[in-house]
Amino acid sequence: MNRQLAGWIIALIVLVAVPFVHRDPYHLHILVLILIWSFAYTSWSIMGRFGLVSLGHGGFMGIGAYVTALLWNHLGITPWIGIPLSMATAGVLALIVAYPCFRFRITGHYFVLVTLALSGIVLQVITATRDYTGGSLGYTPQRAPSGKGLIALQFDDKTTWYLIALTVWVVGLAVWRAIDRSMSRHAMEAISEDEDAAAAAGVNVTAEKLKITLISALMTALAGALYCQYQMFISPDTVSGIAVSLQMVFAAIVGGVYVALGPTVGAIITILLAEVLRISFGTKAVGWDNLVYGVLLVLFIIFLPKGILGSVIDLVKSPRKPPRGHEQQTVPIARR
Amino acid sequence: MLAVEGLVKRFGGFRAVNNVSFRVEQGEILGLIGPNGSGKSTIFNMLSGTLSPTSGSILFDGREIAGLAPHRIINSGIGRTFQIPRPFHRLSIFDNVSLAGFYGQGRHSRAKAEEAAERALAMVGLPTDRHASVEGLGAAGLKKLELAKAIATGPKLLLADESLGGLDEHEMDQAADMLRRIRDELGITIIWVEHIMGVLMRVVDRVMVLDHGEKIAEGLPADVAGDRRVIEVYLGTDADASLAAAAAAQARRRIGA
Repeated sequence: MNRQLAGWIIALIVLVAVPFVHRDPYHLHILVLILIWSFAYTSWSIMGRFGLVSLGHGGFMGIGAYVTALLWNHLGITPWIGIPLSMATAGVLALIVAYPCFRFRITGHYFVLVTLALSGIVLQVITATRDYTGGSLGYTPQRAPSGKGLIALQFDDKTTWYLIALTVWVVGLAVWRAIDRSMSRHAMEAISEDEDAAAAAGVNVTAEKLKITLISALMTALAGALYCQYQMFISPDTVSGIAVSLQMVFAAIVGGVYVALGPTVGAIITILLAEVLRISFGTKAVGWDNLVYGVLLVLFIIFLPKGILGSVIDLVKSPRKPPRGHEQQTVPIARR
Repeated sequence: MLAVEGLVKRFGGFRAVNNVSFRVEQGEILGLIGPNGSGKSTIFNMLSGTLSPTSGSILFDGREIAGLAPHRIINSGIGRTFQIPRPFHRLSIFDNVSLAGFYGQGRHSRAKAEEAAERALAMVGLPTDRHASVEGLGAAGLKKLELAKAIATGPKLLLADESLGGLDEHEMDQAADMLRRIRDELGITIIWVEHIMGVLMRVVDRVMVLDHGEKIAEGLPADVAGDRRVIEVYLGTDADASLAAAAAAQARRRIGA
């Protein structure tokens, strides 16, 4: 266990050191994007790993981005307050949608459909209020006057953004891990298998599901707000809507939803794939990445349901596992 | 301890449970028997909150619990097992039980929950090894796990839905002995649902018989087994064997007392 901790610390030191050693702005830009999206995918997988497949996270991300930017542009509210407000908005919306779903046992495919509608609605609202949000043309937070960059949370320096994104990503992993080690994980695993049996064990099924959904939605909104502050341009296609939701599901599943770093691996793969297609084929390949995503998603769900990282870990770990010896022992003990 | 008054459950026009009243006293084992579809499981589901009664009252320790959410009923001191075991396959045997220990007892501390799990597993005779998987358990093992989960929630009243079908005679005797030990050693009051009469009659203090959602008899095992209506609607050809078993049990009890 201590070796694992040492590994994490060394990895973290290396990651912090990267922008001071390697200053190529394009590479740093890709790294920041990977970190922000990794955080978004990790947020999705916090509920996705328990079978709560949401296609509404594009909506939460869009709320994070747009509410923060709108508050800044129209009311002059600093993102330091705007981001928590946007997260709260996403959280309230998550509760409003999720509570009736959980209370009345809307699960599985039906839950996916409800969340899909949520994405669609947020997208529609952004386009319909184009006088404020710029509609499908996109939206830009106003540049802060020089010297006020910290208040506006606007930095020209890629290194600063890299460190912010890295911090948030680490916090995301810490939340994932804390949930993974808590009793809530057991409760959620139980709920995902059999809600009645979980209730008979004393679990407040609705409350547990709401808790996980709320954490996931708050984190996703934060990811959207960060993306907005970093890119300084948002459009419904890049931070909201069904396409973004699908991209989250795809990346998380490809990387692996049952391991902490799975969504991060998913982000690395999807972003590099998009970049490689963009650089090698240019404008001829616009939209190709979505085609590749679709094909890969089908292949992964069928052949590698644990994702790339999950499967690799299984492969590395399996020889060390005793050949189900404890189970062989269990049978006679149980029969006694 | 438990007082049920005028309990009714309607599914559309069908009355699954029709105006059933009964009481359970502290420390007894009440047998609940009846043919398939007589309303036993429906009563259990209402007592544990899985179903809401159409009308009627359920007083547990003087508090009305009819219609409360299942987790609140479990937390107030009622534990239940399901007729068909419903283990959580993605959790180890130990985690199945410690989950019940944690959430069933008001989420106090993980250490306490694990202690409760160890005690419950030892009680039913399952391994307390943290990583043993549910997949290795047979029919009898799964029933034990079901009981361990219910005990770990720290109940004062245990609703044991034990259709012992699928077990051989030896395993049935073991299961019956285990229920008696749970009552004797842990002081837990038990309502035991069953549709095979023989084993049950040897263990329970009182029996209540249901047919078509109505209570048709209640009393000591020997009296109930001799009841004409019970023999007609329920026991059929099994009557002689059950009568003999009940008489033997009563004789044993007299010697014991």
